[in-house]
Amino acid sequence: MSNWIDIAALGDIPQRGARMVKTALGCVAVFRTGDDQVFALDNACPHKAGPLAEGIVHGTSVTCPLHNWVISLETGQAQGNDEGQVATYAARVEEGRVLLDRAFLRARVAA
Amino acid sequence: MTTRLVVIGAGMATGRVLEHLFESEAGYDVTLFNAEPRGNYNRIMLSPVLAGDKSYADIVTHDADWYEVNGVTCRFGERIAQIDRVAKTVTAANGDVVPYDKLLFGTGSNPFMIPLPGHDLEGVIAYRDLEDTERMMALGASNKVVVIGGGLLGLEAAAGMAARGVDVTVVHIMAHLMERQLDEAAGYLLRKALVDKGITVKCSANSKEILGENGHVRALLLDDGTELPCDLLVMAVGIRPNTALAQEAGLAVGKGIHVDDQMVTSDADILAVGECVEHDGAIFGLVAPLYDQAKVAAQTLTGAEAAFVQKELSTKLKVTGCDLFSAGDFMDGPGREDIVFRDPGRGVYRRLVIADNVVVGAVMYGDTADSNWFFGLIRDKTDIAGMRDTLIFGPAYQGGTPLDPLAGVAALPRDAEICGCNGICKGQIEDAIAAGATDLGAVRATTKASGSCGTCTGLVEQVLAVTLGDDFVLPAAQSICACTDMTHEDVRRMIKSQRLTSMPAVWQECGWKTSCGCHVCRPALNFYLLADWPLEYRDDPQSRFINERKHANIQKDGTFSVVPRMWGGITTPNELRAIADAADKYMVPTVKVTGGQRIDLLGVRSEDLPDIWADLNAAGMVSGHAYSKGLRTVKTCVGTDHCRFGTQDSTGLGIKLEKQLWGAWTPHKLKLGVSGCPRNCAEATCKDIGVICVDSGYQVSIGGAAGMDVKETELLVQVTTEREAVDVIKAVTQLYRENAKYLDRIYKWMGKVGLDWISERIVDDLDSRMALVDRFEVSQSIYRKDPWAEHASTRAETYRPLANLSLEAAE
Repeated sequence: MSNWIDIAALGDIPQRGARMVKTALGCVAVFRTGDDQVFALDNACPHKAGPLAEGIVHGTSVTCPLHNWVISLETGQAQGNDEGQVATYAARVEEGRVLLDRAFLRARVAA
Repeated sequence: MTTRLVVIGAGMATGRVLEHLFESEAGYDVTLFNAEPRGNYNRIMLSPVLAGDKSYADIVTHDADWYEVNGVTCRFGERIAQIDRVAKTVTAANGDVVPYDKLLFGTGSNPFMIPLPGHDLEGVIAYRDLEDTERMMALGASNKVVVIGGGLLGLEAAAGMAARGVDVTVVHIMAHLMERQLDEAAGYLLRKALVDKGITVKCSANSKEILGENGHVRALLLDDGTELPCDLLVMAVGIRPNTALAQEAGLAVGKGIHVDDQMVTSDADILAVGECVEHDGAIFGLVAPLYDQAKVAAQTLTGAEAAFVQKELSTKLKVTGCDLFSAGDFMDGPGREDIVFRDPGRGVYRRLVIADNVVVGAVMYGDTADSNWFFGLIRDKTDIAGMRDTLIFGPAYQGGTPLDPLAGVAALPRDAEICGCNGICKGQIEDAIAAGATDLGAVRATTKASGSCGTCTGLVEQVLAVTLGDDFVLPAAQSICACTDMTHEDVRRMIKSQRLTSMPAVWQECGWKTSCGCHVCRPALNFYLLADWPLEYRDDPQSRFINERKHANIQKDGTFSVVPRMWGGITTPNELRAIADAADKYMVPTVKVTGGQRIDLLGVRSEDLPDIWADLNAAGMVSGHAYSKGLRTVKTCVGTDHCRFGTQDSTGLGIKLEKQLWGAWTPHKLKLGVSGCPRNCAEATCKDIGVICVDSGYQVSIGGAAGMDVKETELLVQVTTEREAVDVIKAVTQLYRENAKYLDRIYKWMGKVGLDWISERIVDDLDSRMALVDRFEVSQSIYRKDPWAEHASTRAETYRPLANLSLEAAE
């Protein structure tokens, strides 16, 4: 069995946007940058748990819609003077499909 | 003893194999079949032939003499009908059987033809060989051509024909040209250069059908109903390896003919090179790897050890006057950083993508002189840590100066309008400076530039700085954000005077320092572009704050609030019942009456939004835009209908205003009030725009607020008819949209430009008032519609989770 789960077509996520994926333990936000890279992060800002999937995506960062914290999509780290981190999960694009690492689900169940 | 080699295809790859083979004097007896009735020519130089820069004779690689000297048996214009791998023979189309010891495939590729209705009409061609090129060369100034495909080949074809005076339109399905090689900023510059050559470029355009007449192409029909008439239609949308013969012969074939590192196919005596092969999952379209393959194949044939290794590739476009270069991987990605350099004056854009102190990708436009140096850095994976600060300037300029924040203004032509109020161009300001006006006050006094609304002050100062150099000290101005050195006012003037109609255009011409802006500048630019170019620019939801993207207000727990519009604060029992039903059905935890005379449903989940909207739409209600930087509510009192003091129908006027203004985007929220008498029950004098009805007419006042600041409105004008009141209010709204800084409410904008300036344009000058009303209506023809209905019917899926893996995790 492959270790990657086919989630959706890349086109289902808008460029510079995000969509949510439901898991047994909360939502994961899957982001697509202007250059068609994808990233998966917990959908909760380290500040006040704002839904990052609803933020504005710029470069490889997203700005939380609640209080404008800027979070790196690559590391999950808050940028600038803010401190905090959200969990990130392996994600990639293959032949126009968005794939998530199956291991991340297990990790979330085990946690 | 001599070995018999049969070659299928006289292209650039097999031609190079033969050159290497004859140099090594390996003693091969070669028979060369080619379906085209000619030998090897330099196919990538067809574009200069088309453009008239070269002739066919110039691009012939191997002529008849060459084949004769090397003893090649040429069978040009002949196809292979069959291959017998057991007997080791090929059968030509005429039935001749030719034996081989080694067989070399170089069957190349076929152009991909989109199977649109009408693709088989006469006059629909690909761009592949000399015949296609000659068809295009036969056209002239009286002809129209449509090219489908804005990639390398399509653009070269378009430019070549345009150089012959042909009227060319390029239709491209993606949002920017050459999207596989270029990012959108470079794509914008390329488009601009092609448009300057007289080529019409249509991006994000879907072809629907090719229309014909008497069996010949007549026009291309797009999805949106546009018809593009043409005498010839060129499809240049990509190539597919030509594997049919190899497949029939039973060779292993995937996307292309499978080869190993020695270019040997699944049959040890059969080799393949060029565009027909698949190596390690990759297929090939550029010439550099084909030559590498040819060298390896020749060595394999002579018994030498060699292996083909895939390398980084780079692309250049062969169109005169369009210098572009792209290499490596320039996508954003984990651990990657950008270095961006823009010189708006020279139309230069450079972007390097860095990962772990190594350049992994580069896009360059306008000045590609250093491209080989950057390509070398990519190929050799050079550690650039030591020269990182100056890397972007290229090899000759280590130790470069910082980017020039004045480059954008320095680049403007003399006829670029700087001051919109007084129609003053850059050249007039330069002349005034030359005549001795060396500070802002003097320029204002002599030219009037920046003397009216004052929003172009920053630009005038920059013209002073550019003209006077060190003699003028530029006052520190607040830029929009870290992506740019320009202020909101500067950027708005640039958008208007330079006709910048897209976000990449603004980023380039104003010298943005990031590749795609940030959460501060993008919403502002999106507003400026849609306010200034309502017909050309398409609203970008991804540059909007979530409330405006999802047409609902986000709450602290990530749920949303939903506020249906109640025109002028009037509702009906049926509407109230529908609201109550929706509140029950979607388990809305809080229902609240707002200050704007309507009802707020708080705590709706994102995925329920399209459904609750559809229910409210069904009861006749639309979005209240309670979330927007746009028209919110028009608060009213009951006026003459019921009130014993009412002087006019204030409720009716409120409803009229709301129906005219709803959907309009403004720099900040816009709240109106209409009171039926000076007792002012609708609190109209603390709204952005307020109307107080009096016996003799309507007093329109503007610039009120009741938020962080509390302001009373100031009287703009008293008019006698309702019609005039509506026109004045539309004109104020449009003037505000066209001139204010994003996130300034009317009172802040009025504080900068002054009530007199507004009054001059709306009260004193009736032509100006009506022109503003007309422009407002043009914009409203696009934006006066219910976003809820549109999203509920066409975009409901995007409000729901992309996937549900809850069950998956339980396994």
